[in-house]
Amino acid sequence: MLWLICPQCGRHPIDEFAFGGEMPTVPDRITDPDERDVDYVWMFDNVAGDTIERWFHHAGCRRWHTARRNTITDTVLPDLT
Amino acid sequence: MNEFVETLLDLTWHEPKNSYDVVIIGGGGHGLATAYYLATRHGITNVAVVEANYIGSGNSGRNTTIIRANYGIPEAIRFYQHSLDLYSSLEEETGCWIMHSTKGLLWLAHTETAMRAERARCMLNTACGAETVMVTPEEAKTICPQLDLSGGGRYPVHGASHHVGAATARHDRVVWAYAQGAMRQGVHVLQNTPVTGLLRDGDRITGVQTANGNISAGIVLSAVGGNVTRIADHAGVRLPVRTHPLQAFVTNGYAQGFDKIISDTELFCYVSQTARGQMLIGAEFDPQPSYSRQSSFNFLQSCSSKVSHLLPFLKNLRILRQWTGMCDVSADFSPIMGHTGVDGLLITTGWGTWGFKAIPAGGEQMAELIATGAVPPLLQPFALDRFGRDHALADQGSTGTR
Repeated sequence: MLWLICPQCGRHPIDEFAFGGEMPTVPDRITDPDERDVDYVWMFDNVAGDTIERWFHHAGCRRWHTARRNTITDTVLPDLT
Repeated sequence: MNEFVETLLDLTWHEPKNSYDVVIIGGGGHGLATAYYLATRHGITNVAVVEANYIGSGNSGRNTTIIRANYGIPEAIRFYQHSLDLYSSLEEETGCWIMHSTKGLLWLAHTETAMRAERARCMLNTACGAETVMVTPEEAKTICPQLDLSGGGRYPVHGASHHVGAATARHDRVVWAYAQGAMRQGVHVLQNTPVTGLLRDGDRITGVQTANGNISAGIVLSAVGGNVTRIADHAGVRLPVRTHPLQAFVTNGYAQGFDKIISDTELFCYVSQTARGQMLIGAEFDPQPSYSRQSSFNFLQSCSSKVSHLLPFLKNLRILRQWTGMCDVSADFSPIMGHTGVDGLLITTGWGTWGFKAIPAGGEQMAELIATGAVPPLLQPFALDRFGRDHALADQGSTGTR
């Protein structure tokens, strides 16, 4: 099982977390073309390799954090800082 | 592929050519079925199926073999019901024994909310041609005597929907049946040929780069499972797909016979019996997207706890094998089939945890699209551009996943 490292609570099993998706790149202005909005809402990078993503620790401190993970080995990488 | 198995099959391997009318990436169920129907229904035999490993080595060899059509939106029910019908005549059509057996599926509900959802889905299914009836707990017990209606005191059964036409078939035999049928018509199946890139001429995709050299093609179809994003990236196509691992396991043989499929909408698990007598148990996919095929003890623990509450006899069985597949889960939990917006490249993806049941219909319809150039009515709702048109087909509740 995958264990995540919560910045507040430390190392906890993945069951305690909710996956919040890839780190989003928010469209900067409302004048962006529609395709960019569609991409933002629906499309995923689905990276094979290192990815940066958001996690919510619902069974712990109930805070969001950002983690780096390798999706091929499914291991959490050292902190971003 | 296992050498012994190969001696039992009538597979004709061909020397690869440099150019084909159609190149299909992915030698799993969907890829081979498309090739089969192209050859048998449309007379297009200048086709190559390019497979990175051996045929059926991906998700076609890792699924839980359930064939059902009780979905939650009319477009999907019609599509899957068509697939269910094709499955029941597949043995006759291909002349191969795929161990197809119609069993019926009980979809259990434990709360009033789930009962309401099941009743609605039942009516919709029946209206769209997939026979489904609501049953009381007592009727469910008659249909499946092994069921513990108190759910081990923890998950009492309030009722269930009974999808009468649900079936199972042996997964690798389905793959082999299509491979055999396609190869007999002259389709080339190239194993151990991973695709490393796509050839382009201006805006058009004109072929594939493989580890064994370039192959040019009139049309390229991606029938890739978990790795589909990597293929689409080569063409600059963005997909609403995330790759999640899905785990399953089998126990040792259960002699008494268990001729139903039990599925649970709230506990996210399903149980059926293989022809060998092993109990085949699966659950929802892992929460994190991953390309890893590592199985976990955690899954075994949570899943066996849930299913043995419902079916107490499972407590006496032992787990023999567990495995993991990589599912291409689409954002709205419905498949994506058809044009990609790039000329010369078609796609069939987003098959998540519901791809096996759709193999015949998916293959048949994609073959029709390739042969005629027109999108068949059954496929029209599933186009990739539905997301941009705001016509997503949200159907998560019917997938048996979380």
